[in-house]
Amino acid sequence: MINFSLEKDVFGNIRLTLESGQMFDQVKIIRAFPISNPENGFSIVDQDGHELVWFDSLSDLNDHNQNIIKSSLEQIEFIPVISAITGLNTYALPSIWDIQTDRGKTRLKLKSEQDIRRVSAEALLITDANGIQYLIKNRKTLDKFSKKVLDRFM
Amino acid sequence: MDNHQTVNSRITTLHPRWVNKVDSTKQSILSWVEIDLNQILHFEKFLLTLWTDPKHKNVFYISQTNENGSVQNWEIQHNYSLKLYDHAGVGHLSLYSDKGLVHTWHFTLAINSLISQFKDQFDQRFEFVQQNPLVPSIENSGICPSCHSPMLGENNTCLVCDPETEIPPSTLTLFKLWRFAKPYKKDLILGFFLTLLSTAATLVPPYISMPLMDDVLIPFQTTHVIDYELAAMYLGGLLFAALLAWGLGWWKTYILALVSERIGMELRTKTFEHLIQLSLEYFGAKRTGDLMARIGNETDRICIFLSLHLLDFLTDMIMLFMTATILVSIDPLLALVTLLPLPFIAWMIHYVRDKLRYGFEKVDRNWSEVNNVLSDTIPGIRVVKAFAQEDRENKRFIAANQRNLEVNDRVNRIWSSFAPTVTLLTEIGLLVVWGFGIYQVSKDHITVGVLTAFLAYISRFYGRMDSMSRIVSHTQKAAAGAKRVFDILDHESSVPDTKNPQALPNNIRGQIDLNNVSFRYGNRAVTKNINLQIQPGEMIGLVGHSGSGKSTLVNLICRFYDVSEGSVKIDGIDVRNIDTTELRKLFGMVLQEPFLFFGTIAENIAYGKPQATREEIVQAAKAANAHDFILRLPLGYDSLVGERGQSLSGGERQRISIARALLIDPKILILDEATSSVDTTTEKEIQKALDNLVKGRTTLAIAHRLSTLRKADRLIVLDKGEIIEVGNHDDLMAAQGTYYQLYQAQARHAAEIAESV
Repeated sequence: MINFSLEKDVFGNIRLTLESGQMFDQVKIIRAFPISNPENGFSIVDQDGHELVWFDSLSDLNDHNQNIIKSSLEQIEFIPVISAITGLNTYALPSIWDIQTDRGKTRLKLKSEQDIRRVSAEALLITDANGIQYLIKNRKTLDKFSKKVLDRFM
Repeated sequence: MDNHQTVNSRITTLHPRWVNKVDSTKQSILSWVEIDLNQILHFEKFLLTLWTDPKHKNVFYISQTNENGSVQNWEIQHNYSLKLYDHAGVGHLSLYSDKGLVHTWHFTLAINSLISQFKDQFDQRFEFVQQNPLVPSIENSGICPSCHSPMLGENNTCLVCDPETEIPPSTLTLFKLWRFAKPYKKDLILGFFLTLLSTAATLVPPYISMPLMDDVLIPFQTTHVIDYELAAMYLGGLLFAALLAWGLGWWKTYILALVSERIGMELRTKTFEHLIQLSLEYFGAKRTGDLMARIGNETDRICIFLSLHLLDFLTDMIMLFMTATILVSIDPLLALVTLLPLPFIAWMIHYVRDKLRYGFEKVDRNWSEVNNVLSDTIPGIRVVKAFAQEDRENKRFIAANQRNLEVNDRVNRIWSSFAPTVTLLTEIGLLVVWGFGIYQVSKDHITVGVLTAFLAYISRFYGRMDSMSRIVSHTQKAAAGAKRVFDILDHESSVPDTKNPQALPNNIRGQIDLNNVSFRYGNRAVTKNINLQIQPGEMIGLVGHSGSGKSTLVNLICRFYDVSEGSVKIDGIDVRNIDTTELRKLFGMVLQEPFLFFGTIAENIAYGKPQATREEIVQAAKAANAHDFILRLPLGYDSLVGERGQSLSGGERQRISIARALLIDPKILILDEATSSVDTTTEKEIQKALDNLVKGRTTLAIAHRLSTLRKADRLIVLDKGEIIEVGNHDDLMAAQGTYYQLYQAQARHAAEIAESV
């Protein structure tokens, strides 16, 4: 296990210091399998994208590092979970849906049917026209209207 | 786009949601933007405004207003700056002082371009305040009808929707086809009259059956005498009507078929003509298969709709109208009873078919899943076998078929009841006529002949109900097809030809000036603030990582795309003022992937100048080092090269494309990674050809292999769309910057390969 420490500076950038004393500024923390296995497999990369550290789970780290990583991921990771589809403007494509998510109400613009991706038997990943990913954890437990809307596009 | 004008329109058009929450007397607002995420990345709306105190114009503030009215202010000092970056659909706007991060706002990429404008306004806040008296009026703005986001006031353009794809197809699109039909107005009118006459002719036989019944057959039952003469007369009339219907029908169908073929051809050729002149930006955003389908299949579908479906429907409508008139003229009451069930039956059929439509669409979609498995495993069978995954692919295919089965079963449940239901409905309709008819006959209001005629007319009619109800779905499909075709026809080229092109002087020197050039592709800024001057005859090398904007720069110079800001000038003339065809003649391009058209080698070399003489072609081939291998081919210069010149090696195809560029004797040469797809030996051959090509011409070369650029007079290093280093090879190596690192990395790589061999 590589020992390292993370610090946040006044500019909001994260500095990584390895056991050897080597320091890297402006590193980024990335989940390797954000959809299929978000809790395992983390990589800390430098400014050019080269990997510096790999660790399997957040519990492998001390509290201080865990907090920095958690707050960093919170700021950049964005996959709202759809709890209901409350309306849509047309059944033709492109279609704009009114949705309720775990982060509040918003609108999703669906460009093509291929943007709805089956992730498992129940879960779906929908990519909207602006590149934002939305997750439906279990399409079978949605309300009737949401199921009907999904059915028309799948 | 004039920055100041845009900002002015933004000032006066604040979204109604915020109008009451901003105090326009105390604040002179320079710019505003509505962001949609809060600090923990939940959806919430805020208004960011950049404003200054009307009394102290040198002090700036940024305010954040919540929907509940609470406000946070930041005073902007001189050394404050805004930085923008984004990742996975979320953007971050950060305010920095020289001591550190002050605040970050988050937003979804849907409003990225609005945020960019806000940031630009922030960067230019001092200039703006000097030049414009601030207008603090705030009015309501428009809201985009399809996505409900605030629009830029004056131009009423919605930056979030793409207007072309937003509007779902409406039936009115079909009326746009009229402009293609106009030249054939006379034929159409003739066809219409013929239709009327032939329909009338077909309606005669049942009418004649009335007297046949009443005056010939029924009297026979009582008098046992057949009036053969009368019968012969009626039967003769019947025959005559039938023959007339045949002749007229033939003529009418022929004329209308001719007209619809011509309309189809006009539609296709005009669309292609328009398409081929559109800018590269249009082609970049569309898939090849999609465009090909639009011009090929959709026009065909529209043609069939016009000549078959629409025609049949109109004929049936005319028949209905005429039948109704005849029936009413014989016996109004019975006519009423007969025609009454019709609308009801038509509606029922339409309703069931509509329900089925969604089912069929779903079947189509799921069928493509089955297809996907096939198109994965069969072309990739080597991989399947290499990893022994036949079993797994099998299971995958069965699963896709299973899903397909479920969907089909659901549809078939409704579909199987469709035909019997239609029959039942028509039988019930006939039953009604029978019942009422018998009643009327019993009261001596009508004769048996009349009843027979009515039944004959109505049965003939019910036969057409089914196909008539299909007109709704046919119209919808044709309207969708027409919309896709008109999308191309109505698209305004984003690289429009200027109305009054400036004539090029005869001896262009080949000087290129780029002033403050920026290019934005959709939401992303690809190139920023490029300032460059290229002297005539200079060889410039463009260097940088993939995605640093090298090819984009070249595309902007050739005017394949128009710049978003700044200008490109050739010999002092802005490229937008030059006629596009003349402009293209100045450039010779040698691309990475040499695309040869289907034709002879000579035709390919002479592509840019079809009237070139054979001597010119041979000279160009010699200079391109291609002459020798061409002579080795069985038919020499007349050898056919197939799609993508398949029978030639990569290096040979590349040299032909160099000859192609040489032949037009261009003033400015563009080499876009011209040697990257070949091995080193071939590269040497090509390099010799290129050296010939480059002599005395202004050259722009893009290469990953830095060794090919050593002869360049100047090297320009790009990163993330900006110029970071300029100089010749020796200077840049001495500076030990990005170029130095790139060069070392490549040299090391080449050495490693050499060592391992």
